[in-house]
Amino acid sequence: MADTGKRDRGSLRIDTDECKGCGLCVEACPPKVIHLSDELNHYGYPTATYVGAGCTGCGICFLACPEPGAITVLRLAHAGSSAAKAEMSEGVGR
Amino acid sequence: MSDEVEMQYELAQSRSKTFYANFDRKDELQHQTHYCPGCGHGIIHKMVARAIDELGIQNRTILISPVGCSVFAYYYFDVGNVQAAHGRAPAVGTAVKRSRPGSIVVSYQGDGDLSAIGSAEILHAANRGENISVIFVNNAIYSMTGGQVAPTTLLGQWSTTTPGGRKAENEGYPLHVSELLGALEAPVYIERAGLGDNKQIAQAYRAVRKALENQVRGLGFSLVEILSPCPTIWKMSAVDAQHWVRDVMEKTFPLGVIRDRTKEAQPRKMPEAAVSTSEIPQLLGIEHEGPAESHAAPFVRPKTTNLQVRVAGFGGQGVLLLGEVLAEAGLDAGLEVSWLPSYGPEMRSGTSNCHVRLSDEAIDSPLVVRPDVLVAMNEPSLHKFYESVRPGGWVLYNGDAMPEGCDRSDLQVLARPFMQIANQLGDRRAGNMVMLGALLECTGALSQETIDKALGRMVKNAKWLELDKRALAQGRELLRESLKEVCHEG
Ligand SMILES: Cc1ncc(C[n+]2csc(CCOP(=O)(O)OP(=O)(O)O)c2C)c(N)n1
Ligand code: SF4
Ligand code: SF4
Ligand code: SF4
Repeated sequence: MADTGKRDRGSLRIDTDECKGCGLCVEACPPKVIHLSDELNHYGYPTATYVGAGCTGCGICFLACPEPGAITVLRLAHAGSSAAKAEMSEGVGR
Repeated sequence: MSDEVEMQYELAQSRSKTFYANFDRKDELQHQTHYCPGCGHGIIHKMVARAIDELGIQNRTILISPVGCSVFAYYYFDVGNVQAAHGRAPAVGTAVKRSRPGSIVVSYQGDGDLSAIGSAEILHAANRGENISVIFVNNAIYSMTGGQVAPTTLLGQWSTTTPGGRKAENEGYPLHVSELLGALEAPVYIERAGLGDNKQIAQAYRAVRKALENQVRGLGFSLVEILSPCPTIWKMSAVDAQHWVRDVMEKTFPLGVIRDRTKEAQPRKMPEAAVSTSEIPQLLGIEHEGPAESHAAPFVRPKTTNLQVRVAGFGGQGVLLLGEVLAEAGLDAGLEVSWLPSYGPEMRSGTSNCHVRLSDEAIDSPLVVRPDVLVAMNEPSLHKFYESVRPGGWVLYNGDAMPEGCDRSDLQVLARPFMQIANQLGDRRAGNMVMLGALLECTGALSQETIDKALGRMVKNAKWLELDKRALAQGRELLRESLKEVCHEG
């Protein structure tokens, strides 16, 4: 991810071996930062890909995905502050 | 310190620890489920797993999986698992919950399973207010079997058995199970949710969690119906199927809470655990009576019995009957027995085999993997099971001599043309009884009287009974002679 000095609130990891390319995460993502790649994985499915920026960490793609571990959602938090992850505000990351 | 250092990413949503790390159903693809891309079952599995994580109940959860596409749920959830016969999950769940009151029982069922073949079980479990949580996955069709109409299929919906669309005159109306159950007195919580869009998915998760939480609190019967896409049978893309849930299915099955008494409900009294078997005679007031008539005769067991037999041959050679006589006689002798005919793909090539166990102690599994005695009525059966025989065990083979390659030195062998010998006695079909006679002789397992008694019950025709008895005696004789030969040679 290009370091623009401004960090996104969320980030995404996709296990392309587990993804079946159904596209439900693409549909679910509010800021539309997931797309299906043209490349096929080992099993012949096109796989979900994070565009690399803009994830808010909302987690809805995780809930919408049928595979147990295809998607992992990360959220930005202040080190040492667990309240930060629950109460993520617009200001975080600035 | 700069912001970059102070701030870091942490896990917000990740694989539930309630799932096994590997799904060892198959040798490969151990990280994927077996569900089709976009299948609602996967999404709902994740909801159940997450709720279990959040409630901290993994160690006491017992999942009852159904028959249907989700039959393999036990490969995914690292909790206690029971796989129930089609539709019986709420009854099985009742038994599990009552015998283990501390467990959290989740009955996971499809709409065919729950609303068709299992309509009685769910109705009565709900009516009893069983303290279990039911996750009812409604995809409006029988998916696993290829798309037959279900009670929940929408009017006009295509299925293989309603190719012109479901018609009320032919198949009735879509069954509203949740509303039906909502008419009962006992249920504490019933809600219908869907997987049609983000909002519905979030609501579905809250409902799943609540259904489990109610059970943790001991409140009683909770059911969540979830309208769930089946892209494969509906013949839609995953995204179109999701939209269909929201735009079409929901019109027939409106979402929302149908019953919620969680606020006022009091924790139910836990059922008492079942009494132990030894207490039963006292409860029935029969502790001073002797054993029932059929077991009255005192039997003396010469030694402990733990006999495992595999019988194999072509259909028509009397494979299953041989096993049955052995098992029946074992019962008469007061032993624990099991008799398991094996119907595998080999059935199609005309061969059959069965597993028989006789034991003084309770039998853990009816499968015989390492037989003490192999009765092989033809060469393919011999080759198939030869290597499985326990060292020191016996092989009784219907042939003049052991074929090439069957030369283990740790086995005892009797190879005779048993069927021909039976033919000389009167009918080749008594060959199985000649072999049984040899088996009885080499194992010393059962007395001739018990065998005669069982045989008398099973073979009604007097002529056959007489022939079978001679065949048994001949088999015993063949084995005794073979032992003598060995002594002479030695
Ligand atoms: C006693 C019995 N009858 C019939 C079947 C065949 N059968 C297997 S799955 C199934 C229907 C499953 O439909 P559903 O419960 O809706 O689950 P889905 O596959 O849609 O998830 C049927 C009829 C069976 N296995 N056992
Ligand atoms: S967490 Fe939310 S914003 Fe980020 S990719 Fe998933 S759905 Fe999109
Ligand atoms: S929802 Fe899951 S399986 Fe489907 S495309 Fe996205 S990551 Fe892959
Ligand atoms: S057939 Fe339908 S219900 Fe079965 S796994 Fe595939 S999508 Fe899921």
